Amino acid sequence: MSGATTRRRGMNANRVRRLLGRAGLYLSVLVLISPAILFFLWMISLSLKNEADNTAFPPVFIPNPPTIANFVDVFAKNDFLSYTINSVIVSFTATGLALLFGVPAGYGIAKAKATKAAVLILVARITPGLSYLIPLFLLFQWLGLIGTLTPLVITHLVITVPIVVWIMIGFFEGLPAELEEAALVDGATIWQAFRHVAMPLARPGIMVAMILSFIFSWNNFIFGVVLAGRSTRTLPVAVYNVLTFEQISWGPLAAAALVVTAPVLLLTLLMQKEIVAGLTAGGVKGG
Amino acid sequence: MSASTTTLQAAQAPAVRHGRNYARRYWYFAAPAAIIVAAVIVFPWIFTLFMSVHDWKVTGDTPFVGLANYTKMLTDDRFLWSVWRTLYFTAASVVAPLVLGVWAAVCFASNFRFRGLARTIFVLPMMATPVAISLVWTMMFHPQLGVLNYLLTSVGLPPSSWVYESNTVIPTLVMVETWQWTPLVMLIVLGGIASLPQDPYEAARLDGASPWQMFVHITLPLVWPFIVVAAVIRVIDALKTFDTIYVITLGGPGTSSETLNILLYQTAFAYYDLGYGSAMVVVFFVLIMLVSLVMLRVRQKQAFQ
Repeated sequence: MSGATTRRRGMNANRVRRLLGRAGLYLSVLVLISPAILFFLWMISLSLKNEADNTAFPPVFIPNPPTIANFVDVFAKNDFLSYTINSVIVSFTATGLALLFGVPAGYGIAKAKATKAAVLILVARITPGLSYLIPLFLLFQWLGLIGTLTPLVITHLVITVPIVVWIMIGFFEGLPAELEEAALVDGATIWQAFRHVAMPLARPGIMVAMILSFIFSWNNFIFGVVLAGRSTRTLPVAVYNVLTFEQISWGPLAAAALVVTAPVLLLTLLMQKEIVAGLTAGGVKGG
Repeated sequence: MSASTTTLQAAQAPAVRHGRNYARRYWYFAAPAAIIVAAVIVFPWIFTLFMSVHDWKVTGDTPFVGLANYTKMLTDDRFLWSVWRTLYFTAASVVAPLVLGVWAAVCFASNFRFRGLARTIFVLPMMATPVAISLVWTMMFHPQLGVLNYLLTSVGLPPSSWVYESNTVIPTLVMVETWQWTPLVMLIVLGGIASLPQDPYEAARLDGASPWQMFVHITLPLVWPFIVVAAVIRVIDALKTFDTIYVITLGGPGTSSETLNILLYQTAFAYYDLGYGSAMVVVFFVLIMLVSLVMLRVRQKQAFQ
């Protein structure tokens, strides 16, 4: 009798403790994610308000009525359309070239178990982006390429190639070798084994590599700020110039910032599984 | 990853003789990428070394000056201060994201509703374009009209001058860095927690251990290698931080947030002193390599214990 009561009390205490633990967990998660939520909400809020509301104190939190005038402004006054095209060209070309060269390289390094080559890729990841810029800047000047998009594409390879190679090494190492060996025994060349057996199997890995190298190329600022001319600015450089050369008005600035980063945020929301997998595997980051 | 590789190798063991014939031929796969890496990565390294021993301005002669650029650094107060600032910024920008990131990883390791969505939102700051978020932070830091000072005063705290005063500028930049990069620490540590065995937890639960005790005595020692990896990556990235500092303060006010990377940029591309800039790059690179090697060494030692 008394034993049953204590057990029940023990169960109650257990339940209370579990409930408290649950509440603590939800509270922790809320505390952890609220800086991100509040930040991006404020960014959207700034971009949708007119100038009077943006400089009001105390601040106006909810745009009333919301206006898209800031976004119209960004594209009308600052030629953002051509900067968007620049960014698209640079990021797509740099990512495409990196996949073209990096996927076979990752395969070769994984198969040959060439750890030294992998270390070189790691050192490239460690090196600060600026340290490539001084020599490359001079080189492009001698070649007369400053002011075209070519130097941007080439320097973005510094970001994209290591990301692709690094991720692909990991994926090809994780693939079972039996299928390719069966193909080789059947008389396929190693190129055919790679092209028709290993590569289709590694498609998820290629997807991850493509997304991450695109994002880090898109986000890159430092190469553009040094190498881009007036008409070859990429979006991050263009949005920075809105800050420095225009009269500071918060609405258009926030709208421009949102335009630049929206593709990346959407991609992250849509492809979160691939992105998380890639980042966990490599801890990659560009520049 | 390495565990799965070893099992694979074991499984392949009979086929090794067969595979060896191909090992050399696999180099052809890496050749095109190797050419690119040589051109855009290795060539700049070598050329930087070459320039660092010359007095190299954009125009005019480039006479050989030996180690003059390096010795100049030893007496250059602006450089020495920037090194000190970089170390201060880095230490803070490693510790804060590590603590918060481990906490976040423990939270995201347990099951709850909307976990996927919450994790995606949590990861957004590190994926967002740094220049774009820096601009929004700049607006939030505005001393009179910024939303942050409004929030501070509305809960009864004194307003801060954020990036507009020399003694608050670096802590403020550390805050931005922490907001941006805690997710990366979380992801790496979360990967570690996911790979942990469940038995120790069940045994501890039967013995009546509290969640905190389980965290300190089971989770923390077991995921320690992952925390070290996260720390190494964080150190490297924090030393290299450029975009946020450049956009938010440009090293100011005065030079009070001028880290090594910013000074490097100014020397090379604002003053066009490419020789001196190159020497700084070399020192910077050596610094980063040393720190990484020391930290990896620490990790290896722990792995043996």
